[in-house]
Amino acid sequence: MVEQTNSKKVYVIPCSGIGKPTASVGREAVYRVIEDKRPECADTICLGLLTLGDEETAAKVRNSDVITIDGCAKDCASKNVEASGKPPIISHRVHDYLKEHRDLKPETVLDIGEPGKKLAEVIAEDIAEEIDQLQGKDTDHREGE
Amino acid sequence: MEMDARPTKVGVLSCSGESEAEGTITRNAVRLVMEKYKPGLVVSLCLPLYLAGDGGERDFAKKVPVITVDGCEKSCARLATEKYSGEVESYLDVRDLLKQWDVTDKLSRSHPGKLEEELTERVAQQIVKLVDHLIEEGKVDIGGEG
Repeated sequence: MVEQTNSKKVYVIPCSGIGKPTASVGREAVYRVIEDKRPECADTICLGLLTLGDEETAAKVRNSDVITIDGCAKDCASKNVEASGKPPIISHRVHDYLKEHRDLKPETVLDIGEPGKKLAEVIAEDIAEEIDQLQGKDTDHREGE
Repeated sequence: MEMDARPTKVGVLSCSGESEAEGTITRNAVRLVMEKYKPGLVVSLCLPLYLAGDGGERDFAKKVPVITVDGCEKSCARLATEKYSGEVESYLDVRDLLKQWDVTDKLSRSHPGKLEEELTERVAQQIVKLVDHLIEEGKVDIGGEG
């Protein structure tokens, strides 16, 4: 049974990487979380809008827990969230997952292929659990159970 | 854009657009142009690098002519380029294009299907036209090719 103690949305923000397949993996992971795994309590924003200083977007970030996922060492998602006034509560790098799952190397930016999708799923599962913990939920559950 | 010699590249910047279906079409269209239609000529940059990068990124629009492609009317790519880097040569608003094309279907940001792929292709062709226009105007040195 899941008990919800914190109903605020968690924002899961990928970097906006357009040059590396790892950025596409990060985005895919985010969509899996906010649309499939935790649609009721997770959402995303356009990082570009935050970067540009949009006040409505910045307020969402300041008033919520934020998890970032970056596709390269430039850490655009993490840095831009922090620059908006509040650091992310958890930051991930796709490369860290790739080091642990070397067989799941994504293929291209436009098509990450099956390995890339599997890597996105690994990341998405972790983030979904983190969201549950942030919201005070029992994390001992999985989809389909 | 200030430069001594004609640039050999065209910069095409897309908005990040993660929360909108038009953003996904925009990003994929730019990649399509980079990989399929104008490989080696078109270069891009991750938009939030303007803030997170080491500063070199901010010179982008000073070094190459830039076309921005935005998913919606908020025009993040165009405004960020103008704020951090310089004037853009031309720009597209994909949501506006979809209106012009009478597209009213609900589109997916996460699972692009046949329709989204067709629209991505059409947007890519619009970008190609803008790149070709820059070449025709002599703003890009393509070494006598193309």
